[in-house]
Amino acid sequence: MLKICNLTKVFNIGTINENIVLSDFNLHVKENEFVTVIGGNGSGKTTLLNMIAGVYMPEAGQIVLNGKDITKMPEYKRSALLGRVFQDPMKGTASSMEIIENLAIANRRGMSRGLGWGVKKTEKARFGEYLKLLDLGLEARLHVKTGLLSGGQRQALTLLMATLQKPKLLLLDEHTAALDPKTAAKVLNLTNELVTDNNLTTIMITHNMKDAIRLGNRLIMMHEGKIVFDVTGEEKKNLKVTDLLSRFEGISDRMLLSN
Amino acid sequence: MGGLLLSVQSAASQGVLWGIMTLGVFITFRILNYADLTVDGSFALGGAVSAIIIAGGKEPLLSLFVALLAGLAAGAVTGILNTKLKIPAILSGILSMIALYSINLTVMGGKANIAMLGLDTIFVKVQYLLPSSFNRAAESLSVGLAFAVVVITILYWFFGTQIGELIRATGNNEYMVRALGGNTDTMKILGLMISNGLVALSGGLVAQSQGYADVGMGSGAIVIGLASVIIGEVIFGDRFNFYYKMASVVAGSVIYRVIIAIVLRMGLKSTDLKLFTAIIVAVALAIPVIKKPFIKPKIAERKAR
Ligand SMILES: Nc1ncnc2c1ncn2[C@@H]1O[C@H](COP(=O)(O)OP(=O)(O)O)[C@@H](O)[C@H]1O
Ligand SMILES: [Mg+2]
Repeated sequence: MLKICNLTKVFNIGTINENIVLSDFNLHVKENEFVTVIGGNGSGKTTLLNMIAGVYMPEAGQIVLNGKDITKMPEYKRSALLGRVFQDPMKGTASSMEIIENLAIANRRGMSRGLGWGVKKTEKARFGEYLKLLDLGLEARLHVKTGLLSGGQRQALTLLMATLQKPKLLLLDEHTAALDPKTAAKVLNLTNELVTDNNLTTIMITHNMKDAIRLGNRLIMMHEGKIVFDVTGEEKKNLKVTDLLSRFEGISDRMLLSN
Repeated sequence: MGGLLLSVQSAASQGVLWGIMTLGVFITFRILNYADLTVDGSFALGGAVSAIIIAGGKEPLLSLFVALLAGLAAGAVTGILNTKLKIPAILSGILSMIALYSINLTVMGGKANIAMLGLDTIFVKVQYLLPSSFNRAAESLSVGLAFAVVVITILYWFFGTQIGELIRATGNNEYMVRALGGNTDTMKILGLMISNGLVALSGGLVAQSQGYADVGMGSGAIVIGLASVIIGEVIFGDRFNFYYKMASVVAGSVIYRVIIAIVLRMGLKSTDLKLFTAIIVAVALAIPVIKKPFIKPKIAERKAR
């Protein structure tokens, strides 16, 4: 499904601030895999998703998605294949536009846009049905501007928008980090439902080790732009938070020794 | 008193003609969230193109259509400078504006102005269609209103389409648009084209109504446009639908002209007009900041009770 080969990303290349974030990075994700990603701050998790999404172009390497080489494809074209939810709830929706308009734009991801009506009559009923899945009462507020919604409501809506047209790959970047614990749990449950019900191939970054173990069927730990731990199946199911913590410590110890 | 009425009447008709330009400024400033300074150049471009075509004995309506196309092209250049060559928004507009000064002179055959006196402008042509009781200002107003209604209706339709919706979203949240497969560069270029097309159309109308085009006729247009947008918003508020919003922008332009007519009557020197306009815009844009110290004590008061 997703094949990343020898990917290298260097920020501020050729300056004193040069920062090699990913170097010779490799990752293969199979169809229907739900990968959770953990790792310390600055370990390159967000950069990895941004590279897949085409926000930045790599210095070297190749990204193949669904059999297609997308390494040089511009961001907006890749979006035909991708569903994305950002960490910042403000980034996911257009705040001065209505819920229904946001959904209509999302519903046309991967299709051409022309001079037909932005919101079609037939879409209205369908969007209402979809919104009921969220159980937030948004189906009664189709014409409310999304700027009036809470962060949690916005993230839930963004999640729905990202999956309205089934994506080949869903990218979630700490999408519950900005929410209070109760709302975060709700949005996370919704995520799990949407992903499992629709068999979505997913990469989810999280800072919560419990969530990383509980959700998904593969777990990856990143450190300094490298995958340092990669488990699937039974081994992943039986992981404990303490196992992950000791792995973290092991890495730091090795770093201390090598310095 | 009759003099005042007449000057208010002619101010209103000017306001509607300039209102088309204000709609253009509204599209970049409010919808696209882009401070576009091309306006000064594209307004004069519209005037120049329209005047040269009329001076060549062609149809005034055709001249306005060509002016519109010229404005679209000017907007496209600014958009390409900004999106493809990554030049900051303000600078892209300034570059186009400066370049247009030379281009406008070239369009006018090297002359700084072109007179259309005695030639068939659109305002001369409509005289035969309108009741003979209409004076010049009323004729101008009729033409301006007809154009405003057509333009607003088309914009209302366009911004409800899939592309129009995407332009609005681009002004709101570029991340989201790209994540949902929209090309934000194209949307910005399109928005700038439409905006400057309208600005040039307005320049053509204003030139025809005053009977001449001048290479300096666009100077300060952006500030006048901003003043009009803000006056319209402050007076008519954020109510009803998009159609109402656009109508209030044109009404803002009319009110701006009426205010100017009144302060001129009250003795303001016409050479001080631009200073006056700049102050209006500065004050209007600063309202949120100025309001704050007045709001805070009120909250404190309420808490104290
Ligand atoms: N746009 C950028 N320009 C320069 N450096 C960046 C940029 N984005 C990320 N980085 C750097 O890349 C490194 C990895 O960042 P990031 O991928 O955001 O880490 P994580 O998401 O794992 O916390 C950090 O050192 C960060 O400063
Ligand atoms: Mg991150």
